Amino acid sequence: MSLLQLQNVDASPWGDPVLTDINLEMIPGEVIGLIGPNGAGKSSLLRLLAGDFAPTSGNLLFADKPLQAWPRQALAQKLAFLPQLSLLNFPYTVEEVVLLGRTPHATGARADHDIMREVLRATDTLSLRNRLYTQLSGGERQRVQLARVLAQLWGGHDMSGALLLLDEPTAALDLAHQQQLATVIADIAARGCAVLLVVHDVNLAASVSHRLLVLDRGQAIASGTPHAVLTPALFRALFHAEVLVQPHPNGRQPLVIGL
Amino acid sequence: MITNVINRRRRAQRLLLLLGVLLPLSMLVALGSGAVQVAPADTLAVLMGGDRGQATVIVQQIRLPRVLLAAIIGATLAMSGAAMQGLFRNPLADPSLIGVTAGASLGASLLIVAGGSSLTGHLGLTLVSLGAFVGGVLAVLLVYRLASSGNGTSVATMLLAGIAITALAGAASSLLEFFTDNERLRQISLWKMGGLDGANLPRLLLASVVCGAVLLALPRYALALNTLLLGESEARHLGIRVNPTKIALITWVALGVGTSVALVGTIAFVGLVVPHIVRLLIGPDHRFLLPACALAGAILLVGADALSRVVLAPTELPVGIITALIGVPFFVSLLRQRHQYGMQT
Repeated sequence: MSLLQLQNVDASPWGDPVLTDINLEMIPGEVIGLIGPNGAGKSSLLRLLAGDFAPTSGNLLFADKPLQAWPRQALAQKLAFLPQLSLLNFPYTVEEVVLLGRTPHATGARADHDIMREVLRATDTLSLRNRLYTQLSGGERQRVQLARVLAQLWGGHDMSGALLLLDEPTAALDLAHQQQLATVIADIAARGCAVLLVVHDVNLAASVSHRLLVLDRGQAIASGTPHAVLTPALFRALFHAEVLVQPHPNGRQPLVIGL
Repeated sequence: MITNVINRRRRAQRLLLLLGVLLPLSMLVALGSGAVQVAPADTLAVLMGGDRGQATVIVQQIRLPRVLLAAIIGATLAMSGAAMQGLFRNPLADPSLIGVTAGASLGASLLIVAGGSSLTGHLGLTLVSLGAFVGGVLAVLLVYRLASSGNGTSVATMLLAGIAITALAGAASSLLEFFTDNERLRQISLWKMGGLDGANLPRLLLASVVCGAVLLALPRYALALNTLLLGESEARHLGIRVNPTKIALITWVALGVGTSVALVGTIAFVGLVVPHIVRLLIGPDHRFLLPACALAGAILLVGADALSRVVLAPTELPVGIITALIGVPFFVSLLRQRHQYGMQT
């Protein structure tokens, strides 16, 4: 059973088309990395899936039901979105920000508190929990926002039916926290949560994703396993860059080396 | 500083309790203050139904409606301000931003100028209030229309449209004032300074119904406001129906502020600074912020009105002057330590 289905989806939320003829299918527990140059439509695709605007044509189904037909709150229990930028400039504490992720649920203060502790631990923000969000560094804020969207979907061992959209979640993270994020993604995917993420570091994308989807000027130009997608020809076409693609020493993924 | 935030919720509950005790006390003191001083014991006795001669008349007939009106209006202005700051995600937002105050001023000025000397006594006051209310609501409708499109309502556009409409209404008011005579000019300018001296039972009743509804309605949006601070899309992704929420908030605030401006004129400062002060003390969680603002706003206006009657007795100062004179020093002292509270602006 597929969790998410896009069939020939076009979208032009501001007049000009930003996405053309997108086809995509995701099953529970699948991790898909979105790559492509700036302005390719990666964030637009995430925002389309988050319901910020409707497709102009084509079908967009979430759990076999048109996404636009989902009631807001029911959708929010299943689908969370971490945007690139956070506008928050009111002095919430870290705990308060993370608990906002529980807004769509009515699970009670006690359960929410337990979930908050688990996601704080998973994102290494437990020690920040009483700090003010406005006084955190960029990377710390990004981890707290990640904890918030995790809290929104967190639900014990079975997270199947949930979809997490991450827009450049690693942009402000140091190496240790990038690796921690990869662990978190693998962990929730193992519990059935599907993850669609935009990452610019192709090696990171290859290491966390089952499949990659390559976007260029609003169109999907390639999709498949990291091994199938990441070729020197792709980088020449996409970024006008020469790269070497070698087997990664870990033996599980390709390694792209810029020249 | 850490201890400031660890027990934020407990702090909020303590503040609510403190304000809840202070409000009746301030009202009791206010009932006894004025050109004729009444001792708190006598005031209490009168409230319990006892007869203390002249004091009975003063407390029951004159001061009670006025103090209650001050409390209701103060609460409405402060809570509306908190809601607007949350909706606009800007701690500098103020209920007047959506044009309601300027529109109401224009409406009132129009009626004062057009009505001329026939507008005296209670009928005149009522007509001016009606003009103010209509002006305020029309201005908000205009601002709202300017900021709305097929994609919903943009709060950023609304802010700018509010500034434009405020400027336009201000210019029209100035034009009226330019051409009118000195007596009416003074009438207009006194009205603008605000005052609770027109308080009577019908006005109190009207305020209780309308502002009471606003005070009950706004806290229902506390969770939505909490998520709106993250951003509108984020609130939507957390399951909030953002556009209906915006419309509801704007409607309630326009109703509450429009009514208060119509009844007591423009009272600056309460809607802007009370939420700010309360937020510095207990943080931005609207579940506590909104009720705490209502209580603090009520206390501030009751106290300011009492002072306005006492300072130059038997003359009354416009209450807006007093709210600014009490509030600004307190506010400035908090601003000087704002980094401790994590405010960015």
